[in-house]
Amino acid sequence: MIDRETVEHVAHLARLKVTDEEISRFTGQLSQILEHMEKMKALDVNHVPPTFHVLEEMVNVMRGDTRREPLSQEDALNMAPDPAPPYFRVPKVIELGVDQ
Amino acid sequence: MGVYEAVIGLEVHAELNTDTKIFCGCPTRFGQEPNTQVCPVCLGLPGVLPVLNQAALHKALKAALALNCHINQWSRFDRKNYFYPDLPKNYQISQYDLPLAEHGYLEIEIDGKKKRVGIKRVHLEEDAGKLLHEDTGGTRDRFSMVDYNRTGVPLIEIVSEPDIRSPEEAKEYLENLKTILQYIDVSDCKMEEGSLRCDANISLRPAGSKTYGTRTELKNLNSFRAVYRALAFEIKRQSEVLDSGGAVEQETLAWDDARGVTVKLRGKEEAHDYRYFPEPDLTPLQITEEILSGIKEGMPELPQQRKDRYMRELGLSAYDATVLTRSKTLSDFLDDACRLGAEPKAAANWLMGDIMRILNAEDKGIEDTPLSPGHLVEMLSLIDDGVISGKIAKTVLEEMLFTGKTPNVIVREKGLLQISDASALRTVVEQVVKDNPKVVDDYRSGKEKALGFLVGQVMKHTKGKANPQMVNSILKEVLDG
Ligand SMILES: [Zn+2]
Repeated sequence: MIDRETVEHVAHLARLKVTDEEISRFTGQLSQILEHMEKMKALDVNHVPPTFHVLEEMVNVMRGDTRREPLSQEDALNMAPDPAPPYFRVPKVIELGVDQ
Repeated sequence: MGVYEAVIGLEVHAELNTDTKIFCGCPTRFGQEPNTQVCPVCLGLPGVLPVLNQAALHKALKAALALNCHINQWSRFDRKNYFYPDLPKNYQISQYDLPLAEHGYLEIEIDGKKKRVGIKRVHLEEDAGKLLHEDTGGTRDRFSMVDYNRTGVPLIEIVSEPDIRSPEEAKEYLENLKTILQYIDVSDCKMEEGSLRCDANISLRPAGSKTYGTRTELKNLNSFRAVYRALAFEIKRQSEVLDSGGAVEQETLAWDDARGVTVKLRGKEEAHDYRYFPEPDLTPLQITEEILSGIKEGMPELPQQRKDRYMRELGLSAYDATVLTRSKTLSDFLDDACRLGAEPKAAANWLMGDIMRILNAEDKGIEDTPLSPGHLVEMLSLIDDGVISGKIAKTVLEEMLFTGKTPNVIVREKGLLQISDASALRTVVEQVVKDNPKVVDDYRSGKEKALGFLVGQVMKHTKGKANPQMVNSILKEVLDG
């Protein structure tokens, strides 16, 4: 049900490095999970209202639009591995820019 | 060339003008020192809990109602997962299959013809940070810089149905949308500051066809003019591809405003595999009748209603009413002036004429000037009472716009009182007649136009202050008598 390509694709999307052995293992495990889901689909749940959130008993928890003191720039940047004040510095990302 | 119909949909992001971010108490002020409006929640540090800002929800609902949407009774947030450093959490909190609102419409008018553009959905989400790719000290080849001040600013995404058929309609849709959002005070809608952003998608199909062609997505549209030009360019480009027997490729293009062309965009990898799932850290939303009626009560007059009122109650033409209501501050100004006793048509004419001309030249809104409705009313009554002429009023108005002084003070300081003293005017008229014998002869030999020249000379001698009606009658007296 789940093939190796799918496992590789999902691992890539999550930026996970997986070995060949792990790909085989996860292919089997993920297939089992989906097979189990297929079995559950056979149940008649017509009389059960759908669960659309894990917190259904709790709704509309909100805060007022009031300010709280932000972190200082120094504190914020100090938590990063490679700050370049006043910015966070990250490895070069593909620019959402224009191909010349 | 074949005859094609353009099928256009617009996706607009508007930053809500709340004081604080959508899920934390950080300020949303624009233009602050980088990374000074951030906290553990919006930086996505481990163990934090986002809590929804009630003002953001209410403003989003207000926008959805103003766009005639159906509000979903149940709604929730979802995580949209992708790795890009403008998102510190590696996901954006957004809404997927249960958005706040759906199935609305926005009315536009082109050449007097009204048309409804469907609104597919309105949902709430958080804004992302800003990446800087430009040279920041010789390291640009290896690094990108990130400012997270904007991360977590509340956004509404407004997605239109593919009901738009031309660049003109797209521009009109955006103008109307912006006006509505400003009237209901949910967004500043400043494209230059990024508080209003627009993406477009466009495909062509043979005129009369009901199926859709392959579409392209257009990004980097930084002004309404850019939207218009980019769509016009794409229509031409796609037509040429189809005419030559080719097929339009489904792709994302960026508008290059300087060169006036669309170009291929290198995008986020696998951009459409977002693996949405419900955000477990935020409670579901139940939008009750009680919440909705509170928001409906606070709903101000919308642009269309105001336009109708101007035509009905103030007797303005459809064109004038449209121009005036396009800016909330301008039409608020007119309403205030009328409340203070201004004759509506006169006030509207001054607003649409000299005032808008100066504002446009200065690239300002009326709220950026010291001019007050009370001052305009005072100026109008000075004209009515014959204290100043309409021509002098133009000078007075300009001074009012730039200095904020009252018209009475300006008239006194600059000595602009209209000359309505008959004997003083007669002296000037006699002098002008004496100085221009040839023109006087022309007039007497039947050239009525010569009179205009003589009136002009009198106005010139009095620096425009002469009462024009009196000059006319005295001139005729002197010439014909
Ligand atoms: Zn924050």
